[in-house]
Amino acid sequence: MESFSLILAIVVVTALAFDFTNGFHDTANAMATTISTGALKPKVAVAMSAVLNLVGAFLSVEVANTISKGLVDETGIRPEVIFAALVGAILWNLLTWLVGLPSSSSHALLGGLIGAAVASAGIGAVNGDVLVTKVLLPAVAAPIVAGVAAMLASRLTYTLGRKADGKAAAKGYRAGQIASAGLVSLAHGTNDAQKTMGIITLALIAGGSLAPDSDPPVWVILSAGLAIALGTYLGGWRIIRTMGKGLTDLQPQQGFAAQTSAATVILASSHLGFSLSTTHSVSGAVMGAGLGRKGGVVRWSTATRMFVAWGLTLPAAAVVAALAEWICRLGDWGTALVAVILIASSFAIWRISRREVVDHTNVVDDDTAGAQEPEPAGVVTTAMAAVSPPPAGVTEDLAATLPAPAATPDPKAPSAATTV
Amino acid sequence: MSIDWAALGSVFGVSLVVTVTLVGLFTLGIVGLSRQERATAEGGSATLAVTGAYACFAACTAAVAYGIYLIVA
Repeated sequence: MESFSLILAIVVVTALAFDFTNGFHDTANAMATTISTGALKPKVAVAMSAVLNLVGAFLSVEVANTISKGLVDETGIRPEVIFAALVGAILWNLLTWLVGLPSSSSHALLGGLIGAAVASAGIGAVNGDVLVTKVLLPAVAAPIVAGVAAMLASRLTYTLGRKADGKAAAKGYRAGQIASAGLVSLAHGTNDAQKTMGIITLALIAGGSLAPDSDPPVWVILSAGLAIALGTYLGGWRIIRTMGKGLTDLQPQQGFAAQTSAATVILASSHLGFSLSTTHSVSGAVMGAGLGRKGGVVRWSTATRMFVAWGLTLPAAAVVAALAEWICRLGDWGTALVAVILIASSFAIWRISRREVVDHTNVVDDDTAGAQEPEPAGVVTTAMAAVSPPPAGVTEDLAATLPAPAATPDPKAPSAATTV
Repeated sequence: MSIDWAALGSVFGVSLVVTVTLVGLFTLGIVGLSRQERATAEGGSATLAVTGAYACFAACTAAVAYGIYLIVA
């Protein structure tokens, strides 16, 4: 670590900032159902999730190594490119958090890397296959797989458990939800904290501070774990509200079925060679559980806005990252300008979020005015919402202002194989 | 374009079977415990239900342990 240039320091700090946004963006995945069904108090839930994320970060460095090893000599990635990619990913994560929509942090990071790489190296080696097999198909498959499993599971638990009532049943469902949410948190820690470790290690290698093929240094593992845990603990309450209350109304049985399905899908997919995004799996599981109860209803307008956000994640992060890379190339002052823009926009988004605060005190309130439009959940309205265009929200405005680029994944984009 | 349908299919199958089995077992465990709760309230006992319930919970615990093993390994 003798040569630790300024740009490297900036990349490391930005990567940790991304890790932090990743943490509070994805708290909802593990804890939205437990919080909304009342199995755990909000603060307790995020604290537990944070600890498990931290533990998960130390469990292995396998994912980090896939990102950081063997990619550098082929691509010659400069630290500025990684910086630009992170800027795109962070801004998209903050925007989706502001409107309270769950979206995949991995897709944001992947999109950022693609955009920055294309802006840096040109649209060479375009690989549509990678886009389809690693991004599009999993994004469609994950919610369906998790949703069907959760739907059948909640049907089953309602049927079998008709005679289960009283304290024993309440305690049982509570314990079950906590266990499965814990598994999701742990899996998230091993996966997502390691993505940041991989990125930082990659930047250190690219900047010449580390020998190629090095394992992540201890301080990288520690700081990445702490950043994601801190983000998780602060909690993305807006997204938790959407996932736990906005998509459907969850009872403990459904929460248990949804979280079990999500945990199973995440573990099965990462070990059978078809990686599925945590966010997509959990959202699908929650909707499936919503459909699995008699009289249960999924608010398709919220779901549609979420799907739109999923579709935009990769191109939007790519465009921002490409712009950032373009400015960075103007020189050192360009990089500084991007850093200033990043800080200014993050601050602006935070300021806007303060207009209507969502935190642990009101995350499970039934009054969901603001982020979600109040909606009578009748059969007809639900059906109409399913076919009519989604209500105008911030995401759609964004769609109008950002020209959708032909997203062109670089096969060398490091996270393609591991992060989706 | 090579889409690994076999992997996707097995993810789907395994997820479905494991989720439904686990949730089913766990629910049976809960049913057993609440049966015992009722029996106790009426002054009796339900040994068989309790034994079955703990067997179900043990199976679920084993599944969670396997999940942690998968994460760590």
